[in-house]
Amino acid sequence: MPPDVPGQAPATRTVLLDAAAGVPMHPAAREALLAAQNDGWADPAKLYGAGRRARQLLDGAREVLASGLGARPDELVLTAGGCAAARAAVLGALAGRRRVGGHAVHSAVEHSCVLHAVAAAALGATSVPVDRSGRVDPAVFAAALRPDTAVASLTAASHEVGTLQPVAEVALACADVGVPLHVDGAQALGRTPIAAGWSLLSADARTWGGPSSVGLLAVRTGTRWRSPLPGGAREDLVDLPAVLAAAVGLQVAQAEAAAEAARLRALVDLVRTRVAAEVPDVEVVGDPQRRLPHVVTFSCLYVDGEALLSALDRLGFAVSSGSSCTASTLEPSHVLVAMGVLTHGNIRLSLHRGTRREDLERFLDVLPGVVADVRRLGGAAGL
Amino acid sequence: MTGAEHVPDQVLDCLGRPCPVPVIELARALRDAPTGWVVEVLSDDPAARVDVPAFCRMRGHDYLGESDRPVGTALRVRAAAP
Repeated sequence: MPPDVPGQAPATRTVLLDAAAGVPMHPAAREALLAAQNDGWADPAKLYGAGRRARQLLDGAREVLASGLGARPDELVLTAGGCAAARAAVLGALAGRRRVGGHAVHSAVEHSCVLHAVAAAALGATSVPVDRSGRVDPAVFAAALRPDTAVASLTAASHEVGTLQPVAEVALACADVGVPLHVDGAQALGRTPIAAGWSLLSADARTWGGPSSVGLLAVRTGTRWRSPLPGGAREDLVDLPAVLAAAVGLQVAQAEAAAEAARLRALVDLVRTRVAAEVPDVEVVGDPQRRLPHVVTFSCLYVDGEALLSALDRLGFAVSSGSSCTASTLEPSHVLVAMGVLTHGNIRLSLHRGTRREDLERFLDVLPGVVADVRRLGGAAGL
Repeated sequence: MTGAEHVPDQVLDCLGRPCPVPVIELARALRDAPTGWVVEVLSDDPAARVDVPAFCRMRGHDYLGESDRPVGTALRVRAAAP
């Protein structure tokens, strides 16, 4: 069922509240994608007319994307997705600084693609704990940096709970000891400003209404980084129409970011207030202030997350959960575990430009009843 | 903190039962328990090690700690005043 399509009957219209996992492509990005299927299909490396045209389009897109990251076009590496970009950041820094050592430092709430890259390639790693709100202490992060640390990784904001990390302070600490800092900007770029000071910045076009097949990595000039691609190529042949759509999407998202952030922040505050007031035995998690404008997460005691997701889906609400029973593994979300908050009965809402206040209010109207039903069916009524 | 010094008044065997079942069983045991009653939950769901302390924080019970068992983990909780 297509999400948020106007004209559908309310009973069958799905309200998408899972933007962190991707949003429908922005109309301007889709237009760019379709136009480029006709105009930008050729290999930009070729020296005939269609190739030169493709090169021209790619160069323009690179300028837009690099500028959106706060980088120069020659610092930009295009990848096949956000995870590939984050992975390339970590693997490339480890490879480029092999002589220094193979140790990596990361927060306990990094995206799993960063954790997997570290596990695969680092010679030892230090996971920096977070507090109950999901935030690292910059002093603790700084103390984890060692003489043999090849790379440090810190997400700008956790995709599961939305808490912003102290990127500026950690970047200063890394710069002091010459360790390159990778900032995972996947959820933050196009939503909220990202502090300067990073050596590597990765991002994901699907989170700002671009295609899911484009990731960005900026490698600051002077950073020792070696492409992890076999043969040493800086990047693979890119999907040019998708890259053009990503560039258009990012331009639109950044132009609208301040106004959208203000609008979504008010909606998130509404969710935080009403959920805490109207659902008994619930914990709203994440920092209440220093947070992404569009992500809000809470956990309901005695509730099976999968049952809750299914019940909400039947009512036309698409949401996400960090509870183990809803994921592909039996382990609960490492982010919720690191924060020490309830992992079961977890719901994450992530809002986007198509999120309407009345839809969210309808969600909040039905939520207490749905939670009560799931509790009753699970034998947890009256506890 | 292991809570090993606290002899449980009641043991709940929740092996093989995924969260939130151990927490529901624990809440049920504590609902009618006198203040100071110590309940031990035996669970092999990794989520219980986070969820039982979080439950205690949310409901005001004392979390006494955990200790490893041949199978699973024993988590001990002392009932707060109602």
